[in-house]
Amino acid sequence: MEPAELLAAYERMTVIRRTEKAAHDLFLQGLVKGTTHLAAGHEAIAVGASAALRPDDYVFATYRGHHHALARGATPEECLAELMSRATGLCGAKGGSMHLTKASTGMLGSYAIVGSHLPMAAGAAWSARLRGTDQIAVAFFGDGATNIGAFHEALNLAAVWKLPVLFVCENNLYMEYTPIADVTAVPRPAADRAPAYGIPGEVVDGNDVLAVEEAVARFAARARAGDGPALLEALTYRHFGHSRSDPATYRPAEEVERWLKHDPLDLARGRLVEMGVSEAVIGEADDRATSLVQKAVEAAKAAPAPDPDEALTGVWTDGGAAWRT
Amino acid sequence: MADVISYREAVAEGIAREMRRDPSVVCLGEDIGAAGGVFKTTVGLFKEFGPERVWDTPISEQAIVGAAMGAAMTGMRPVAEIMFSDFLACCWDYLANEIPKVRYMTGGQVTVPLVVRTANGGGLGFGAQHSQATENWALTVPGLKIAAPATPADVIGMMAAAIRSDDPVVFFEHKALLAAKGAPAPPDHVVELGRAAVVREGADVTLVALASMVPLALKAADLLSGEGIEAEVIDLRCLVPLDMSTVLASLGRTSRLVTVEENPYQGGWGATVVSVVADEGFGLLDAPVRRVAGECVPLPFADALEERVIPTVDKVVTAVRTLTAY
Ligand SMILES: Cc1ncc(C[n+]2csc(CCOP(=O)(O)OP(=O)(O)O)c2C)c(N)n1
Repeated sequence: MEPAELLAAYERMTVIRRTEKAAHDLFLQGLVKGTTHLAAGHEAIAVGASAALRPDDYVFATYRGHHHALARGATPEECLAELMSRATGLCGAKGGSMHLTKASTGMLGSYAIVGSHLPMAAGAAWSARLRGTDQIAVAFFGDGATNIGAFHEALNLAAVWKLPVLFVCENNLYMEYTPIADVTAVPRPAADRAPAYGIPGEVVDGNDVLAVEEAVARFAARARAGDGPALLEALTYRHFGHSRSDPATYRPAEEVERWLKHDPLDLARGRLVEMGVSEAVIGEADDRATSLVQKAVEAAKAAPAPDPDEALTGVWTDGGAAWRT
Repeated sequence: MADVISYREAVAEGIAREMRRDPSVVCLGEDIGAAGGVFKTTVGLFKEFGPERVWDTPISEQAIVGAAMGAAMTGMRPVAEIMFSDFLACCWDYLANEIPKVRYMTGGQVTVPLVVRTANGGGLGFGAQHSQATENWALTVPGLKIAAPATPADVIGMMAAAIRSDDPVVFFEHKALLAAKGAPAPPDHVVELGRAAVVREGADVTLVALASMVPLALKAADLLSGEGIEAEVIDLRCLVPLDMSTVLASLGRTSRLVTVEENPYQGGWGATVVSVVADEGFGLLDAPVRRVAGECVPLPFADALEERVIPTVDKVVTAVRTLTAY
């Protein structure tokens, strides 16, 4: 990445971090219902991958998908309004935190059934090939998803059909509360499985936006060239607990401290300084991010609730929900 | 045009017509390519359309339906085959959680125009894991359309409607009907989803049936006719949309209702039909309603045992007699 690109990536990661913090605060104020799975700490994966993708590529994410929606062009205002059950939310408040979707920018959804979207990403890649485009599809998922049947079915299908799809595992060391190592037969839950499907598997520092961008760009080029899928395991850590109700006390303090020191924002900042970008310029990016998110919070708070009758619309493509004549 | 066509040939013909018409229609499933499908319901497709339109898959029901979903979300109209409807359970997440919900929960951003075809039902002695009538599984899920044709012409016409539908359709092909023959479908034959057919007129009782229960109900009606009881037989054809208008109109003529369903009584579609009638058409009835349905047991293997469990002509005739004597 050129310094300007890295600065843009840094700013986008900062927007994500601030938005996640806002989501957390709004939850504590009782303004966000249900649950949230914050991705603070995972920003470099979403932003690094997005920097390597084209606007017309497809992205599929999990319930921990705020960062992917934001990296793929959803605004903090749309996302926060969705979390706050406002009519102006990304999905008209029918989706919520776990289903952030922005189809117009290729963000084809966040899926709350672990691993379910890996076959869908393979299908989107298949469709790109059938339509003769050179789009690719990317599925982001957690380490826990690697022990789900759909993971294995999707990898095999993508490999035998040589589909242009990238499987990106965000390995944050834990599934919900259980360390992934305790329930997985191999040390690298994703990358170690790649050879079983005859596809490349690689481990990358998921907190290093440059490393993620480089690996995704390389595998994306390979997929576009018709050489098939790859599996990337990006090591990272979540700053919050699994979901809003989880204080994450099961994590050793020393481990938490080590990972918090390896913060993706700090890493990117350090790289910018090395590249000669001034603290003042970086500070301006911070300020822009802060003010964008502040305005988003205010706008989302001011937005109206959805019309209750909307609950009965949009099941079918005719706009309705009728199941009988 | 041949003067008769089999139900199984109609499946392939119905798909082929749509594939000729629309290049975005593609097929995927186990053994559906050169092998022509285990039920020979895709014979000829691979030869005519080639491996870029007819894709053999591994035994991976989740990948088949999940990939079909991803393709449908991005501009294709996939037709996925799940060999036996029992195996829908292996990819039930996609039918229950993913495909039918994504349009709604994304606020209408993403639509999933796909067809999942599957061989449904008993009568062939395949045992408990290859014989179930599972269309009522799908009936419990908001967001799926459900087609279950009974005749070759309907297979073709409803396949056209299903593939053209912008909403997801689960298409149940009944195993016991595959060898049945019937009139061929005229060119451009489309049977709109959610339109039941009155396949026999009668003034004394309404029999509502689906798929292989339709010929069974017709046989019962013929026997009853010999006793002076004229049954009107309705082929529902679809469970969603459910054509209650036709059922209620028929009850206006007959005032008696028997549903004939292969799935277990508990949770079967007949319960939904009957409950709507109780809710909105109670005044039309001159007798209680009766449901002839499968027993709540896994489908047994031996013919004699299977017959004991799923509806038979005799069971329908008996049910009607008790009603007309009411
Ligand atoms: C099929 C399924 N099983 C269980 C759950 C409950 N659940 C939600 S998140 C989660 C942990 C997933 O961990 P991982 O894949 O590592 O993702 P992360 O939350 O770390 O991003 C579990 C078990 C679920 N949503 N879906």
